[in-house]
Amino acid sequence: MRIEALRLWLDERLGFAALGELARKKEVPVHRHTVWYYFGGMTLFLFVVQVATGILLLLYYRPSAETAFESVQFIITEVQFGWLVRSVHSWSANLLIATLFIHMFSVYFMKAYRSPREITWVTGALLLFIFLGFGFSGYLLPWNKLAFFATKVGTDIAGVVPGVGHFLLRFLRGGDDVTGATLTRFYGFHVAVLPAITTAVLGLHALLVQKHGMSVPPGVDPATVKRMKFVPNFLLRDLIGWILAIGILAALAAIFPWELGEKADPFAPAPAGIRPEWYFLFMFQTLKLIPAKVLGMDGEVIAILAFGLGGLAWVVVPFLDRAPGDRRRSRVLTIAGVIVVIYVVAMTVYGYLA
Amino acid sequence: MKDSSKDRIREVSNTTKGGGKPRQVSVGRGDCWLHRRSGGARLALSVGLVLLIAVAALAQKKDSCVDCHSQMEGPLAEPVGLMSGDIHKSRGLSCADCHGGDASQDDPMGAMDPRKGFIGKLKPKDIPGFCGKCHSNADFIKKFNPALRVDQEREYATSVHGKLLQGGDGNVATCASCHGAHGVRAVNDPLSRVYALNVAETCAQCHAKGDYMKSYKIAFDQYDKYKLSVHSKALYERQDLSAPTCNDCHGNHGAAPPGVASVANVCGQCHIRQSSLFSASAHKPVFDAMQVGECIQCHRNHDIFAPSDEMIGVDEASVCTTCHNEGDSGHAAAAAMRARLDELGASIQNALDILNRAERAGMEVSRPKFELTEARDGLTHARVLIHSASLDEIDKVIAPAMAVAGKSHDAGRAALSELSFRRKGLSVSLFFILFLAAVIYLKIRQIERRASQA
Repeated sequence: MRIEALRLWLDERLGFAALGELARKKEVPVHRHTVWYYFGGMTLFLFVVQVATGILLLLYYRPSAETAFESVQFIITEVQFGWLVRSVHSWSANLLIATLFIHMFSVYFMKAYRSPREITWVTGALLLFIFLGFGFSGYLLPWNKLAFFATKVGTDIAGVVPGVGHFLLRFLRGGDDVTGATLTRFYGFHVAVLPAITTAVLGLHALLVQKHGMSVPPGVDPATVKRMKFVPNFLLRDLIGWILAIGILAALAAIFPWELGEKADPFAPAPAGIRPEWYFLFMFQTLKLIPAKVLGMDGEVIAILAFGLGGLAWVVVPFLDRAPGDRRRSRVLTIAGVIVVIYVVAMTVYGYLA
Repeated sequence: MKDSSKDRIREVSNTTKGGGKPRQVSVGRGDCWLHRRSGGARLALSVGLVLLIAVAALAQKKDSCVDCHSQMEGPLAEPVGLMSGDIHKSRGLSCADCHGGDASQDDPMGAMDPRKGFIGKLKPKDIPGFCGKCHSNADFIKKFNPALRVDQEREYATSVHGKLLQGGDGNVATCASCHGAHGVRAVNDPLSRVYALNVAETCAQCHAKGDYMKSYKIAFDQYDKYKLSVHSKALYERQDLSAPTCNDCHGNHGAAPPGVASVANVCGQCHIRQSSLFSASAHKPVFDAMQVGECIQCHRNHDIFAPSDEMIGVDEASVCTTCHNEGDSGHAAAAAMRARLDELGASIQNALDILNRAERAGMEVSRPKFELTEARDGLTHARVLIHSASLDEIDKVIAPAMAVAGKSHDAGRAALSELSFRRKGLSVSLFFILFLAAVIYLKIRQIERRASQA
């Protein structure tokens, strides 16, 4: 009786019974593409893992050029289960980017961005850039040799952007070179700026997903499609995926602990075979392959402008597609999407083999 | 202001007693002697002055020695050919500055007139004094290179070469034998015959010739032996110019073989610690009494190989058994020293092996690996302490190094057991994770079965 009274008391003030009602009514379409619906939830779950392990790492991590490497070394050698937390954080970051890509391309090919979900897509595309920012800033934090030089190369590329390149380079580095000032800055982006932006954008993205529900792809008739309850049927299936994700993360951490490498030495020569994390590799490889001059213009500038325009086009995809209410397939956009996927995969593989 | 040159006012200090204002003297155009001449005379005078300057300039540039000898063939043309890289030439000196004579004369007899100080080809006995005219003159040399020493001639007189020359032997090396007569290059010029990488070859020109050395009754295998040595490898393979070549041990201008008593001083110039340990050791008085060269007794002289632990102990390759026999205390000490070195070496290797295994399995062991360098330093130090011939001194270094190696080994073992713990932990975790996933799956099926029945 007391618990029931407490529930009623809370409900009067918070109105969570309405949320329960919403959850009971929420349904998920069941068709041959339903499996792709799980990747959004998986990405969200991995983000939660990142937040939890990131907070644990913050307890010991010290963000300066003199102490960063040693503090990570301390975490993985001296702190109880520090190795596990650090490895899970690194592996989970990579899996998160992978599931994010899968989620994004599945939404793209299922045309789930169409009206009225344009803003959901735009916020999702923004989340992609934010998570790439998390990856780029987090990579430097252990202050090891590879990360140091990869950041140097990465920020050099930012410096090529016409007009604002020099400002961007100095803004990212906190000076002309990658130094302790860059590390402190990246730490600030990684643990304060980006999480704050993520909270806002992710909140809006999740709210819109709830508001509009799951989209039904063009080939499936929304009127006749089977549906399953979100709670508990879909949520329990999500739960199985999340539990298995924990198992995969634990296995990766135990069998392939994330390497720390050697401490960064700004005066040492750059090691051979410097390359960024795999999710930046397709862009890096393009920059390596593009000729120095294309039609009299700097090839690197052209490539960066092309990636910038491509990213912008990706954000506004819903507004390039057919008119709202048209449920026909959009062949041009599908072919463009396939070309993008093939290009990204091929360049990434080539980047590893080259 | 325009007329200031016409009536320049020169102030001359008043030298009259009692001082007073300075006296002003006017120096106008009409006062100048040149301006008092007629226009034609002034022109003739100007042309004459120009011609005089031109003739003087031509006379200064003329070097009839080079002009003539460059037209010749064979040995008489050789000095001119060698002059292009010559340090003397680069400092503005030419033939006549050393050989005398008058290089402004086209006539060979006039140019090579002994009355004008001409000296032709020198006899070996005259060469040191000839070079010494400038090179022993500090006032002269400092104009060109203030850092250059001026005691070469005096040092040479103390060398075996110098003494033999004074005794009338014209076959021994003089300045020109090593530096060249013409085409003398700076010592730090890689093309110089006395550049660090070329010294051994220069000395070998005489000292590696058996028939040449026969009359002096000295060995001629020093060069071949040196090329096998650790010093030669450092110099030629690693291009380490600080590695010793002939002159670093024998001296250059005062070249002489170090005597038994001074060998340790020669080696000790670089191997300071080893030398001081040996001097304080029990070996020193014994070696002195036996009249044997200190360092070279164990390490040899020209064919000095990289030292190894095999040199210590009582095995066949050991140098200790040259003097020590089974049963004496030195023999036992040598065996004990070798055992200590082997024990520490093996401990370091074991620790490294286990740390490498852990590292290959993905464990972070960079710190114990770094700490292991302390044990390696200990081993190096112990090897140096062999020169003290004291087991107690060696033990003082071996014991802490063994402790470090043991600690690193323990760290490696701990890393491997941690790895095993992680894998066991993973197995247990995966079991529960899969079990939980299976339970949820069954729950979903149960829920959906009930829903379809309802």
